[in-house]
Amino acid sequence: MTQASPLLSVRNLGVSFRMESGEHFQALKGISFDIAANRTVALVGESGSGKSVTSMAIMRLLPENNTEITAGSEILFEGRNLLQADRRALRALRGRDIAMIFQDPMSSLNPVFTVGDQIIETLMLHTGMRRKAARQRAVALLKEVGLPEPDRKVDAYPHQLSGGQQQRVMIAMAIACEPKLLIADEPTTALDVTIQQQILQLLAELQKKHGMAVLFITHDLGLVGEFADEVIVMRHGEIREHGPLQQVFTQPQDAYTKALLNCRPQLDSRPARLAVIDDFLQDQPYQVPPQRERGYAPGDDIVLDVQGLCKSFESREGLFGKHVFHAVKDVSFQLARGKTLGIVGESGSGKTTVGLTLMRLHQASAGRALFNGQDILAMSPSEFHACKRRIQIIFQNPYASLNPRFTVEEILLEPMTLHAIGRDHAERKQLAAALLDRVGLPRRALQKYPHEFSGGQRQRIAIARCLTMKPDVLICDESVSALDVSVQAQVLNLLQDLQDECGLSYLFISHDLSVVKHISDQVMVMQHGQVVEQANADSLYANPQHPYTRQLLSAIPQGWPQQKGTQVA
Amino acid sequence: MTSQTTLLADDASCPASRSLWQLGWQRLRRDRIGLTALWVVLAFVLLALAGWLGLAGSHWRDEVAKPNMPPALFKDYGPATVELTAADIDAAQQHNTSAADASAATGMSAEDDPLAADMAAAQTQAAKAAPLAVTPANDSLLILGSDSRGRDVLQKVIQGTATSLLVGLSGALLAILIGTLLGALSGYFGRRVDDLLMWFYSVFTSVPDMLLLLAFSAVMSRGIDTVIMVMALTSWTGTYRLMRAEFMKHKGREYVQAADAIGASHRSRMFRHILPNVTHLLLVQFSILTVALIKYEAILSFLGFGVGVSQTSWGAMLAEAPAELLQGYWWQMAAVTLFMSLLVTAFSMLTDSLRDALDPKVK
Repeated sequence: MTQASPLLSVRNLGVSFRMESGEHFQALKGISFDIAANRTVALVGESGSGKSVTSMAIMRLLPENNTEITAGSEILFEGRNLLQADRRALRALRGRDIAMIFQDPMSSLNPVFTVGDQIIETLMLHTGMRRKAARQRAVALLKEVGLPEPDRKVDAYPHQLSGGQQQRVMIAMAIACEPKLLIADEPTTALDVTIQQQILQLLAELQKKHGMAVLFITHDLGLVGEFADEVIVMRHGEIREHGPLQQVFTQPQDAYTKALLNCRPQLDSRPARLAVIDDFLQDQPYQVPPQRERGYAPGDDIVLDVQGLCKSFESREGLFGKHVFHAVKDVSFQLARGKTLGIVGESGSGKTTVGLTLMRLHQASAGRALFNGQDILAMSPSEFHACKRRIQIIFQNPYASLNPRFTVEEILLEPMTLHAIGRDHAERKQLAAALLDRVGLPRRALQKYPHEFSGGQRQRIAIARCLTMKPDVLICDESVSALDVSVQAQVLNLLQDLQDECGLSYLFISHDLSVVKHISDQVMVMQHGQVVEQANADSLYANPQHPYTRQLLSAIPQGWPQQKGTQVA
Repeated sequence: MTSQTTLLADDASCPASRSLWQLGWQRLRRDRIGLTALWVVLAFVLLALAGWLGLAGSHWRDEVAKPNMPPALFKDYGPATVELTAADIDAAQQHNTSAADASAATGMSAEDDPLAADMAAAQTQAAKAAPLAVTPANDSLLILGSDSRGRDVLQKVIQGTATSLLVGLSGALLAILIGTLLGALSGYFGRRVDDLLMWFYSVFTSVPDMLLLLAFSAVMSRGIDTVIMVMALTSWTGTYRLMRAEFMKHKGREYVQAADAIGASHRSRMFRHILPNVTHLLLVQFSILTVALIKYEAILSFLGFGVGVSQTSWGAMLAEAPAELLQGYWWQMAAVTLFMSLLVTAFSMLTDSLRDALDPKVK
């Protein structure tokens, strides 16, 4: 690790932002680390840990008007301090010696130029290549990153490519000038799990082939196990742990690292309660709770019986033409009382459409959904209104699903007023306060606005809003996907507690197979709008029948291969 | 839950909560230019209020000074007001008689003039009336001078401010109401409703604004209420387009879907949920429209389609300016220009700052 001259050396880097109120927020509190040539370093941390700020600081991309870099900070790239380099030197450096891949490929590519043009531009700018030579090189690069038909795709526009293909183009651009250091900022977060695995493999191959150093930034510790050499764990702008991969995974020194390793649901165990960060920060050592048995039993009371559900969208083509897209095709399942049915699939598989159609937020094209024996899809709107409170939904993005102009009190009281729950305002307010207690928020939160809460707290508010109506069925549409791993564990625990307590039935929609395994009794795998496999969770994961299920399962990042059995150090 | 302790700890350190409006106001307060603009606009509104309530500018019709008297500060700068005395008239008459004498050479004598007797009678009558003619009781100088009829320009300009602001604010309010209502319906329901309203909108926008404005005001009778109506009817289109787009965007947002899921009605989703999330845009739109309508009113009145003859406004005052400027009486125009540009500039800057302050980044 301590070589004579590392490629990149960060020394006492401190960054603070001036807030609107004039206060300073210390995003980085003097961190130091080295990246040696030809090594892969993973920077792991949850949101707000300062991992992205670090990468932006190295690229000198932080907004200058409100950023202050603490005196004494140094970022040495091949012995040169980047913090004192002038603009011209930086421009030459970026793209040529240091390249970066961003999280969202769609917004990083310019939609009005072909992908070929964008690679050619980079090449001509940094290597002084002529256009024709640059084009040939671009095709070769696209071939190298594994884009099918590179001769044709070089003239494609970004929107004509899928998300994974766009990310491959971004990688091609990044390696175009053979950079010495590649910074990958959450490059796979926006991608499906199977695509994610392909991109990770590609990055690992390219790293070896070109002898680059890679700084891999991610929130998911499970991802880095397969190809990082060193791991840096960050929290609140500080480095909590820094060491070789094996050591961090097998003998984590820091309590926070231990917590991160344990609060993610595992495929091979299902504790009754997931570990959370606080379990590790207290004095007593963490005790693994007993395992929970899941699965449908023969005598289960079926609360929701969906038969042959179809949903198709029509779009106009030309003047008279019509294009019909079948988002959901002939989906049938049964949801038992007090149990969880997990729906797994990649984007475009129709899993979210199933949830929205059952809520009648989309009109179903065909099929029946028997809720306590009544078909909710055939009801008139007024009949359904009474049923509405019995089936509720928690959306994916807690930042978007709460009205920003309402206080928490208004958010919680609205459904009670609409469904005449509680005798008067005072009683409803009492109920709202009790529910806040239940989801683990202080009563004072009633007077606050959603923007004052973190993502996990907002998701708790959304859960409390559903609970005001005492539903029987709760549809969780990617409800924990936008949350940090540690917060995700807390919310999953809360959902589990509520199920045990109130006998709620969950329809748990997610792309994350480990999370679904943890919380589900039965799992349904969807692809292209159809159900490809449906079985009890344990048997499905242990013995997948359909090839697509097997493909999904093999794409799950395994973390450190030897991690099994040594979960708690 | 174990996390509860940390949540409570976070909560204790958190100050009292603020709504997005309060946060916007906080941001506006830090913007020095925006705050100055706000005070200027408020001062104008107060002035206009005083005008409506008759506390200021209500005597603008009184001819209190000599005609075309320059402002107090510039009393030596205007063209000298020539006061006609009896001697001047005599001299002029002498001149006329000498001219008459010349014409007499052509064969016309005083005795031959059939009007001579009548003219003489008229002159004596005029001489009698002369002392009764309206002459200002005092010669005291007026701050902004007087107009061609000896009315106080300051009073006129205050009254003009009241009229112009009334027209601008209520015209903008009405236009916003129409635009928001139609835009909300169009954007929220889409399909047929949208088609119908878009068609209606296209008809309105296909006619040039000024032409529509003139056509409406030519058909209706003159007066402040007509001007307001005309302006509202011609300027709702921008707001409509904006609101239609916003409602289309917001109706697909998760918080609106969540409201649907808990059983909120269409009306509640449109006006209780979506509307408060777009009001900041409406506020900005409102101030842009107010500025535009104040300018439109000036143009309309200048062209003679604006407020009635018994009312005054900035436009009506400007309409008097060409005739005055020919004779070098510049102060009425200068006063109106000063007031109008001050308000319009302040309003525009306030709009700018409002947009910055209310931009809901905190979402």
